[in-house]
Amino acid sequence: MRAMIVKEFRQLRRDRRTLAMMIVMPVLLLVILGYAASFDVSSVPTVVAGPGGAAVAKALPATFHLAGTYQAETAGAQTPEAWARDQLRDGHAAVAIVTGTAPGPLVLIDGTQLFDAQKTLQELSALSGGKPVTTASVTTSASVQILYNPELKTSYIMIPGLAGVILVFVGTVITSLGVVRERQAGTLEQLAVMPLRPADVFLGKIIPYFVVALGDLAIVVAVGVAVFGVPFAGSAAVFALGALLFVFVTLGLGVLISSVSQTQGQAIQLAVMTLLPQVLLSGLIFPLSSIVIGVRWIAYLLPLTYFTEISRGVMLRAQPITSLWPPFVYLALLGAIVATLATLRFRAFLAPGTSR
Amino acid sequence: MNGWGAYEVSVRFGARQALDGVSITALPGQVTAVVGADGAGKTTLLRCIAGALAPGAGTVRRPPARRIGYLPPGPGVYEDLSVAENLRFRSASYDIPAPAAQRHIGEYLERTGLAAAQDRLAGQLSGGMLRKLGVVAALLPEPELLVLDEPTTGVDPVSRADLWWLIARAAAGGAAVLMSTSYTDEAARAARVLVLDSGRTLAEGTPAEIVAAIPGTIAVRPERPAAQDERRRSWRRAGAWRVWLPSAGPGHPGTVTPDLQDAVCVAALRRELADADA
Repeated sequence: MRAMIVKEFRQLRRDRRTLAMMIVMPVLLLVILGYAASFDVSSVPTVVAGPGGAAVAKALPATFHLAGTYQAETAGAQTPEAWARDQLRDGHAAVAIVTGTAPGPLVLIDGTQLFDAQKTLQELSALSGGKPVTTASVTTSASVQILYNPELKTSYIMIPGLAGVILVFVGTVITSLGVVRERQAGTLEQLAVMPLRPADVFLGKIIPYFVVALGDLAIVVAVGVAVFGVPFAGSAAVFALGALLFVFVTLGLGVLISSVSQTQGQAIQLAVMTLLPQVLLSGLIFPLSSIVIGVRWIAYLLPLTYFTEISRGVMLRAQPITSLWPPFVYLALLGAIVATLATLRFRAFLAPGTSR
Repeated sequence: MNGWGAYEVSVRFGARQALDGVSITALPGQVTAVVGADGAGKTTLLRCIAGALAPGAGTVRRPPARRIGYLPPGPGVYEDLSVAENLRFRSASYDIPAPAAQRHIGEYLERTGLAAAQDRLAGQLSGGMLRKLGVVAALLPEPELLVLDEPTTGVDPVSRADLWWLIARAAAGGAAVLMSTSYTDEAARAARVLVLDSGRTLAEGTPAEIVAAIPGTIAVRPERPAAQDERRRSWRRAGAWRVWLPSAGPGHPGTVTPDLQDAVCVAALRRELADADA
């Protein structure tokens, strides 16, 4: 048995990556996730609209921080209420207070910001003397309306994001094996000599999985809508474009991981390492606004963050691309970076020392 | 300069010098063999010439990738594709028109006895068949330069004959064939031979030139020579001992006509003794 233990330690020492995963990763993950793991909402982005809005904004409890005010000059023909609804739809705020409506002020809550919505209801309930607040109930003479997800169902906000998680899982893990398998089978050597350009090999590796992954996503979304009753309120074309970009980044990341790994085991380790932060930091589970700023920037490097934003926006709030373009741009940027890095890596072993 | 090959090529892997200023030329229509023990640098040299590895120093002359056929030390084919699928992938990657590819594939498969195994997965083939498939695949682009890394190692005699048929045919068709082998009897069939040892050139020339370059004679002894001087210059072969006598004439008792294997052994001994004396 002693021989076995010694041998195992020897092998472990050689396998730096596994060792790093066993020692560094747990500490790193605990620290990062410890700061990220929070359902507590300390500040709810709020907009006010209508006559006397400024006074209402001043009177709001500290939890609500003012994210915008209706300006009659810039709003054109839009009524305060229409403006407020657009603010929620476009994700600029989680709560909108509209004054000057009958019978009293109207409080609009974005039901897709689950934790913000719950916090808001708590606060309103406290204001109205402890009575629980539900949709359309009148409190402190205000009427409350929860939009997009009136029953505040978790499944509504989880399923659009879960579709992304499933794609990350399928995409990154499976494509991460692609190049390593060639390396281990010795066929990479053959590819290097064949008249193929690095970009041909990269795209040739990705496109088949791309097709499969998009089909996969369509099925996941269809099941989400059919079985869990998640609405699909927005444009399928916008959603498809987002999915296209997201799948490209995800698969490209897999191939990149593959190209820096020597064995299939290493590739899977690395793929899984990218998976955990994506699931926990992308805003899928913990609201992005609750994540400490020092950790939150990591979220903005992860493709799932943007896909979650797009899929929730499109599916639940019918958010138009005019206000949803930033995540598209970031995804495209990530895609370009990943594809460039992977192609460079491919060039290193597919066309060594030449520029053919 | 005529032909393809490497000139003064050096490759370093970390602290290890895998190739040290090695030159070789593969002429069209000829088979050029690289021999040497495991770790001599044969694979590294062939990888450089085929274009799978960039040498640290020196130059390589090779045709465009489209005109190179390469059999890597591994199978070089996809084990989860069938024989026919592997060959189709290869010919498509080289943009070979389908009718031409089909004609070649059919002929090669027929001649090498792979025809019956066309629909079998490459991973289910025997070692010899897998090697044959690899060589057939390398031949598909009708290469000007055919680089084969140990095509016959670990292959049964019948498959070896098939492989040699493929190799000879490629050379007859005008290809410059560069192959490595650990069998000196095979290297003796080549037009030119390069003998490598620890990344350095031990000998180079036609098999006859290499044999003729041995100074002195080689004698056969039933037992290992007792004298320290002869002991250092002896090696085991075919149940007996051979000893290299650098200054003896052809009249020495037990003298044999040396072959390429003897020449390779002597070349290695000379290098070893020179290194020991240095």
